[in-house]
Amino acid sequence: MLTARTERIAVRGPHDIVNVRQVVRGWCLAVGMGLVDLTKMVTAASEIARNTLEYGGGGALTIEELRDGVRQGVRLIFEDQGPGIPDIDRAMTDGYTSGTGMGLGLGGTKRLVDQFDIASTPGQGTRVAITKWKAR
Amino acid sequence: MPATPSRRLPRVLDERFDEILAAWTKEQTNGAKPGTASEGDIRARCSELLSAMRKALASSGADDVQGPAWAPVRDVLQRVSFIRAQQGFTPSETATFVLSLKRPLFEALRASAGNDAEALATDVWGATEVLDRLALFTAEVYMKTREELIARQSQDMLELSTPVVKLWEGVLALPMIGTLDSSRTQVVMESLLQRIVETGADVAILDITGVPTVDTLTAQHLIKTVTAARLMGAECIISGIRPQIAQTIVHLGVDLGDIVTKATLADAFKLALSRTGTTLVRSRNGANPTGSLTTTPR
Ligand SMILES: Nc1ncnc2c1ncn2[C@@H]1O[C@H](COP(=O)(O)OP(=O)(O)OP(=O)(O)O)[C@@H](O)[C@H]1O
Ligand SMILES: [Mg+2]
Repeated sequence: MLTARTERIAVRGPHDIVNVRQVVRGWCLAVGMGLVDLTKMVTAASEIARNTLEYGGGGALTIEELRDGVRQGVRLIFEDQGPGIPDIDRAMTDGYTSGTGMGLGLGGTKRLVDQFDIASTPGQGTRVAITKWKAR
Repeated sequence: MPATPSRRLPRVLDERFDEILAAWTKEQTNGAKPGTASEGDIRARCSELLSAMRKALASSGADDVQGPAWAPVRDVLQRVSFIRAQQGFTPSETATFVLSLKRPLFEALRASAGNDAEALATDVWGATEVLDRLALFTAEVYMKTREELIARQSQDMLELSTPVVKLWEGVLALPMIGTLDSSRTQVVMESLLQRIVETGADVAILDITGVPTVDTLTAQHLIKTVTAARLMGAECIISGIRPQIAQTIVHLGVDLGDIVTKATLADAFKLALSRTGTTLVRSRNGANPTGSLTTTPR
């Protein structure tokens, strides 16, 4: 698998979430993703960006355009140096929230994308990587 | 100072204009983002820039791209960067618009230099300097545009209060546009509840056709608004849920419960009218092919 190009953007404030959605939309358009997949990926980006900001205290997003043979896709890697997630299984459970949300962000995102990876170390931070391939 | 590349450069641009334009346009369309610009558009932009460059080079040389003679060139670049910034291009993709002129231009310079290697080296060096400066200018405009866009968006979110429109006796509509961040949704909710009290409305239609992304936060806000409206005695209908949004909501796992949804504002309006006891009668007047609606209040 090949990474054709990458971009890194900050997730520091509420405006950045708006920006994340727009930039991710642009990258999905660039690989020719259809409207449904694009909407799913932009929504997934919005969820994880908000978690990064709200719970992770801010961080960064790295966007990658992927090529795997003739397949094209977009990968988003969100990283923060926040408190981390003590129990990932519980955090992934639909309806669980430590705040005032619906507790659907992580579980929902996993269902919206083709690949979902989460790693977190309490006291050190959280990294969420999601990939969506362009449907052929 | 390099030896007078500024005299040969405009001449080559002049003599080989069509050839350079064709090669450059091709370079652009090869790497183009789908759905952003047509080949005709790209060609028009390239042609505009080349003509402006030719004039600027002829009248003032290559050293002063910030000067008045280069204003038309900067103008074209400004527009290109602005559009690309809005379309979500990256800064480097935006600068590529200028940088991709290098190859076609160098090739034209080489073809016209013949055997004179020294002249060619000087010309290529001169052209590189100009294009690099223009690329830098393009990237700067891009950054500025992005910043302005972001600032304006957040401004919009704060200032634009969604209008609450009285569609009919007892029926209110809220066409929501833009990003439903928490502060804006708060405003929307308050003005809706206010109008429900004022008008004694029975039905409120929340139209989200203009909302590009519905994530869990947006959904939560919508559900809260509907619940609060119910407490005030009004039923809500959510309209304008496009198919891709509907699919996304389902995958997110958001349960809209017993909230009534309709594809379009018109459908929601019809339902609202029947809820308020207004019947619609299709006119039999053949002169009006779409049929006019006659309403009979309860
Ligand atoms: N980057 C992070 N750092 C620390 N904790 C996190 C992070 N992301 C998620 N969590 C934890 O996982 C929980 C579940 O996250 P999830 O996104 O599924 O729901 P939510 O954000 O609480 O609500 P919703 O996303 O539906 O608005 C959060 O409440 C939070 O406790
Ligand atoms: Mg969340």
